Amino acid sequence: MAAQDVHAHTAHAHAAPQGFVRKYVFSLDHKVIGLQYFFLALTAVFVGMILSLLMRIHLVWPGAAIPLIGEIKPETYLSLLTMHGTIMVFFVLTTAPQGGFGNYFLPIQIGAPDMAFPVLNMLSFWTTFVAFVVLICAFFVTGGAPLHGWTGYAPLSALTNTGPGEQLGADLWITSIAIFCVASLMGALNFITTTLDLRAKGMTMMRMPLTVWSWFITAILGLLAFGVLLSAGILLLLDRNLGTSFYIPLVVVNGQVMGHKGGSPLLWQHLFWFFGHPEVYIAILPGMGVASQLLSTFSRKPIFGYRAMVYAIMAIGFLGFMVWGHHMFMSGMSPYSAFAFSLMTMAIGVPSAIKTFNWLGTIHRGRVRFQTPMLFAIGFVSLFVSGGLSGPFLAQPTLDIPLHDTAFVVGHFHLIMGVAAIFGMFAATYYWFPKMFGRMMNERWGRIHFFITLVGAYSIFMPMHYLGMAGQPRRYSQFTELAYLHRLIPLNTFMTYAAIVTIAAQFIFVINLFWSMKKGPKASDNPWEATTLEWTTSTPPPHDNFGGMTPVVHHGPYEYSVPGAARDFIMQNDPATVTTSH
Amino acid sequence: MGLALLVMIWLITFISTYFFAAKTWWLPQGASTSAPGIDHQFAFTYLLMGIVFVAAQCALGYFVWKYRERGAGAVADYSHGNTKLEIVWTALTAILFIGLNLMGSPIWAAERFAPADAGALPVEVTGMQFAWYFRYAGPDGKFGATAPKLMDPSAGNESAIGLDTSDPAAKDDVVTGTMYLPVNRQVDLTLRAVDVIHSFFVPNMRFKQDAVPGLAIHMHFTPTAVGDYEIACAELCGLGHYKMHGMLKVVSAEDFEKWMAAREAEKQ
Ligand code: HEM
Ligand SMILES: [Cu+2]
Ligand SMILES: [Cu+2]
Repeated sequence: MAAQDVHAHTAHAHAAPQGFVRKYVFSLDHKVIGLQYFFLALTAVFVGMILSLLMRIHLVWPGAAIPLIGEIKPETYLSLLTMHGTIMVFFVLTTAPQGGFGNYFLPIQIGAPDMAFPVLNMLSFWTTFVAFVVLICAFFVTGGAPLHGWTGYAPLSALTNTGPGEQLGADLWITSIAIFCVASLMGALNFITTTLDLRAKGMTMMRMPLTVWSWFITAILGLLAFGVLLSAGILLLLDRNLGTSFYIPLVVVNGQVMGHKGGSPLLWQHLFWFFGHPEVYIAILPGMGVASQLLSTFSRKPIFGYRAMVYAIMAIGFLGFMVWGHHMFMSGMSPYSAFAFSLMTMAIGVPSAIKTFNWLGTIHRGRVRFQTPMLFAIGFVSLFVSGGLSGPFLAQPTLDIPLHDTAFVVGHFHLIMGVAAIFGMFAATYYWFPKMFGRMMNERWGRIHFFITLVGAYSIFMPMHYLGMAGQPRRYSQFTELAYLHRLIPLNTFMTYAAIVTIAAQFIFVINLFWSMKKGPKASDNPWEATTLEWTTSTPPPHDNFGGMTPVVHHGPYEYSVPGAARDFIMQNDPATVTTSH
Repeated sequence: MGLALLVMIWLITFISTYFFAAKTWWLPQGASTSAPGIDHQFAFTYLLMGIVFVAAQCALGYFVWKYRERGAGAVADYSHGNTKLEIVWTALTAILFIGLNLMGSPIWAAERFAPADAGALPVEVTGMQFAWYFRYAGPDGKFGATAPKLMDPSAGNESAIGLDTSDPAAKDDVVTGTMYLPVNRQVDLTLRAVDVIHSFFVPNMRFKQDAVPGLAIHMHFTPTAVGDYEIACAELCGLGHYKMHGMLKVVSAEDFEKWMAAREAEKQ
């Protein structure tokens, strides 16, 4: 505690604030901001999850009366769908791994006292917060939340009379996304500058933990992708409110000739997916970083192929900008370009496979400890493999003919980007909880939470592949109208039960989280015997992270089981003279 | 714990694989010339991905069990990796993925690069919230004009797509809500949408293509078996998306002629 009163007098350090507001609300401390992001995402994931529960219930019992809400109408289903997708993608997958854990641990892992621009950091959080509030407002305006899905294809999303929710609700939706883009751009800038400029002495790029690498590349992707979505969103707002026709050709809605002409619905899709594909890597790269970090730590073995891992992250980031057309094979885009997009998409499978092999190589001949963070990291690998292998189906335009816009796609992206990324977040939470809150989470409940969630997630999302093969289109609010869907209802019912159990199990996690904050056993500074810099400082870290000292780095990030060393791990700042290979 | 993980991961793997391999839920019965090629490519991709899936999951389960921490004695290997192995598996996956891609490409090219045959039957498909309409050119072989301001969805058929009856070429155009096609003859589709994007999806024909407002998209397929096939909409188009369905009736050439003659007679 005494350490907290010592301030480092480096350019980026700032005095510890005193008042409650400056300390916890408008804080400039990246650790507080990281926690703010974390709790925002936690709130969002619960909202998103409850929406998905309502959706699953409606899908198999369309007429059921839900307490407080009543019967869900088809348009309400689509509003739930849109809000679920939007909340999950933006306010969970983009917010927690990067804004939350990245904010908290990137500076500490590179030995910096804070982010490069603390004020910008605070602004980016509060901007994200505003975006979330604006989005939630869409539920409460006349007409309700939009029904056009998280992808908001024009002209459905660009006109105000194409369905309920397409009035003010849709304006709020796109405004929220635009605000979110601004916040993410600020965040990205900060992450990039911090990584490049604030590394401690000895922390060369090739000594950075793989978590830092993935946050860094994620930030670069964010910088390039969110700008495009922001512009696309502004054009959509103009089409909706000022009568422009960027995305709207001459259309007749319900017998009424609209006053637009000459716009291109495909333009929206190109702009959206130019952002949208990199976005899925923004969601998953931090999870890959966490998995790498944890597999090495809990296998007590250096990461297999550190360099290959770094190059793979770079390759994924780079190729990720050249594959957006794989979402548009059936859109009316030129079939020749489909050919090119398909080839690039298959190519991006290669670095992804390399990562998987390296994870397996890391466990191989290790000495695996099964604490809860490790369980989730292992689960991450399993889900990443399962979700990843349906990719090569969808990447082939030929197979996309039967599979596009079916439940197969929903299964694919939930496994790889939804559940795998969530497992990354769970792993990160269980792993860094002691550092953030000074106490340990309960192991037994952690394990129970893990097993129910793993089996539950597979039970919900694996059958979606079967449904998709059988031709069940996505975004259908019920399966009563098409005769060939009737035989798929029992499987859907099973999935709904699985969803109810899985969602219930998440309360185990939340209770464990809050209970452990108050009652968990006190954590030591380095409970997992890990090597990276956050474990060298006190728990929780002082305001300037290292209590007035600047760490000096002597080793690579994953020096476990080094022959001749005193213990089975050598911390990055350990001046020990044992020869390590970095 | 290691054993529990192994059992769980293996069980998930085998149960998932069983339902694929047993084809409990598989692609619906194919009934077009494109079906065999697509289905073959699907099955082949499935075989390869299935092998990788089972191998990777089994290895994961096995490794975490085999290399679990047991007492103080054992030490983990101190190794930072193996460049040769890295190169080998990079090359192997590159060959696997790119090879798969190249294998499937000829089918895509045949489906989408080549224009419709000269003898194909022209049919115009129009999607609107929330119905499909099908237009046949009639004896003159020409589609008549349509006009946005004539469109009246509540009136259905001709009026829904805004057929301009003052155009002589429109006089013999037949517009229906059910699609009739002669078996074994290619159909030359023109896909349109009047309000938002819809997607014309006929699972048994292995056919799917978005209908986009402002575009007339040309596409073709050939039904190979007489029967009734459901048509779905596969692109979110509004609150009635789930019930925007239609029926494709594939009939013999004679039945098709009879049906068409009856429609023309109705128009007189
Ligand atoms: C509790 C677990 C979850 C359940 C039961 C669930 C269920 C669903 C269902 C039923 C759909 C609608 C599919 C359709 O009708 O087309 C859906 C869509 C979606 N979900 Fe989830 N989901 C869950 C978690 C997640 C997570 C963690 C993410 C984060 C990536 C996510 C992202 C999405 C997205 C992006 C969509 C598409 C929305 C759209 O079509 O516009 N879901 N989910
Ligand atoms: Cu993509
Ligand atoms: Cu539709």
